[in-house]
Amino acid sequence: MVEHRPWLTFLTHAVLIIGCVIIAFPIYITFVASSHSLDDIVTSFPKLPGNQLIKNYGRALSVGSRDVLGATVGTMMLNSLIMALGITFGKISVSLLAAFAVVYFKFRLRMMFFWMIFITLMLPVEVRILPTYKVASDLKMLDTYSGLIFPLIASATATFLFRQFFMTVPDELCEAVRIDGGGPIRFFFDILLPMSRTSIAALFVILFIYGWNQYLWPLLITTDESYYTLLIGIKRMMDVGEGQAEWNIIMASAMLAMIPPVLVVIFMQKQFVRGMTETEK
Amino acid sequence: MADVSLNDVYKKFGKTEVIHGVSCDIKDGEFIVVLGPSGCGKSTILRMIAGLEVITTGDISIDGKVVNRLEPADRDIAMVFQNYALYPHMTVYKIMAYGLRIRRMPKNEIDKRVRNAARILELTDFLDRKPRQLSGGQRQRVAMGRCIVREPKVFLFDEPLSNLDAKLRVQMLLEIRKLHEDLKITSIYVTHDQVEAMTLGDRLIVMDNGYAAQIGSPLEVYERPATRFVAGFIGSPAMNFLDVRISPDGGSAQLRGDVKLALENGSIPEYAGKDVTLGIRPEHFKLTEEKEGVMHLSVDHVEQLGADTLVHGHFGEDKTSLTVRMSDIQQFKKNTILALKVPSQKLHLFDKESGKRIGK
Ligand SMILES: Nc1ncnc2c1ncn2[C@@H]1O[C@H](COP(=O)(O)OP(=O)(O)OP(=O)(O)O)[C@@H](O)[C@H]1O
Ligand SMILES: [Mg+2]
Repeated sequence: MVEHRPWLTFLTHAVLIIGCVIIAFPIYITFVASSHSLDDIVTSFPKLPGNQLIKNYGRALSVGSRDVLGATVGTMMLNSLIMALGITFGKISVSLLAAFAVVYFKFRLRMMFFWMIFITLMLPVEVRILPTYKVASDLKMLDTYSGLIFPLIASATATFLFRQFFMTVPDELCEAVRIDGGGPIRFFFDILLPMSRTSIAALFVILFIYGWNQYLWPLLITTDESYYTLLIGIKRMMDVGEGQAEWNIIMASAMLAMIPPVLVVIFMQKQFVRGMTETEK
Repeated sequence: MADVSLNDVYKKFGKTEVIHGVSCDIKDGEFIVVLGPSGCGKSTILRMIAGLEVITTGDISIDGKVVNRLEPADRDIAMVFQNYALYPHMTVYKIMAYGLRIRRMPKNEIDKRVRNAARILELTDFLDRKPRQLSGGQRQRVAMGRCIVREPKVFLFDEPLSNLDAKLRVQMLLEIRKLHEDLKITSIYVTHDQVEAMTLGDRLIVMDNGYAAQIGSPLEVYERPATRFVAGFIGSPAMNFLDVRISPDGGSAQLRGDVKLALENGSIPEYAGKDVTLGIRPEHFKLTEEKEGVMHLSVDHVEQLGADTLVHGHFGEDKTSLTVRMSDIQQFKKNTILALKVPSQKLHLFDKESGKRIGK
């Protein structure tokens, strides 16, 4: 497969570079816009970063846009973070336990439960959004963190993934623990959990980004601005009707919204790649 | 240290019965080998003793106490698995200590036992490694170490050497033997390899399709196989089987073509005139003078093994084929005629229908 022909090298690099530019360009524009004053952007769009960077970001974090009252980008980021982490940890722990039950315990209707979980794969949040809203509001979970987190926790994908992984774990390990004197809980925490480390890390990355990017559900369930997530906040900053949206602040917020997922990917990329490619035996 | 007894044990998986009533008393400190071909139920028996499979009917007792309903952990046994089942993310030290930690043994006692076991098994330098950083033989020793530190009443081994190469296998075989002589812990060892069985076992249980075909010392099993199956399974190359008819007085076995073999210690009148199976081990044929020979083997093919020579040939009008083993290097041309005789005490007779041994 590896061929050393100069023009081929040139071509592949050219394709890659063009791809990068296409993807990076909007981000660059956002960055440029977030570093100018509002007047500069509105009158003639500058090509190079300006000198208002610190001022814009400072205002976004501590004050917020004048159109969204009561929520600075700082609090909205915190809300987003709480929601994303809640969904991530919730999904991982629930699906670990569900997969553990389905693989290691014999109980009545086990396969039926498994298929029930599996079938919900076909029902994304959007499909079941009305009944879920009704349930959440009956449980008085509107405008709460639990309302943001719990309805999104059940995860067929992650359950299925862990089930597949557990099925590759040799039965003898479980038997060895039984002979060593440990019960199911010990087996789960001492053996299975550490062995699933890499899969958990990979899922963490995927689920964190999934949680961070939730838009529709938080939009429905929050009316109180102090529970807004950042993504909704940004949308609200743009809905100004007749007035002039504060594009510099919006762009600064958008840049800030990118940071946590990027950090997660950067810090966990090694485990992520390992989790996707190797299974520890 | 304890004796183990199986009392008429049956095992069914769903509707299929795989163990059909096995009974055996294993004495304290004895090394028992369960031997048999693949799929005959060896592992199943071991797993029932360990408590990993439920016993369908019958009792298993350890140290005089019926353990049918006890969890594996409460039976005070330790087991070496075929694939070792070492926890992949733990260090050797932690793997060995794990069972003791669960039992809440004091730290210093755990440390003492682990280090002692590591010293016996020459694992001291590897205590901080993980299983995947060890060779097959070292992993095997860790699996044994995990059992030794527990100081259990009974050791169970399920084909522990089958993943090792031939040389390492012989070495580990001797180590297991030595370990057993030092610790004197009752051991039950499952294998399909007769060399392992003969080397290790004080007694063998030879399994045939869910039945215990014979229980006895290695020599007993070799010299006086209880069934045709055992006779054919033990010994390599396998025993020769011939169709014979017992003479009317019951004192000799008659091969087709007028060849007569006198039977040891007189006669078996109850089989007079009946067809039975005669078994002769390849190593029990003796080369002799032309006129004394009872079988005249025409050589087909010679296999040189170095220490021994295997001669494959046929004799008689129906060209019954035979394998003969001779010591040392022997050269024979194809179609050479060899005169052979067999000492009468080396003849084995088996009932045609039941396959049971005839005579004592
Ligand atoms: N969980 C099970 N369910 C159904 N049948 C089983 C189960 N475990 C074993 N068997 C059957 O029981 C019989 C004995 O199996 P066992 O594992 O004891 O054989 P073995 O003598 O240990 O063979 P090997 O030398 O190949 O390990 C086999 O026919 C097998 O198909
Ligand atoms: Mg087996």
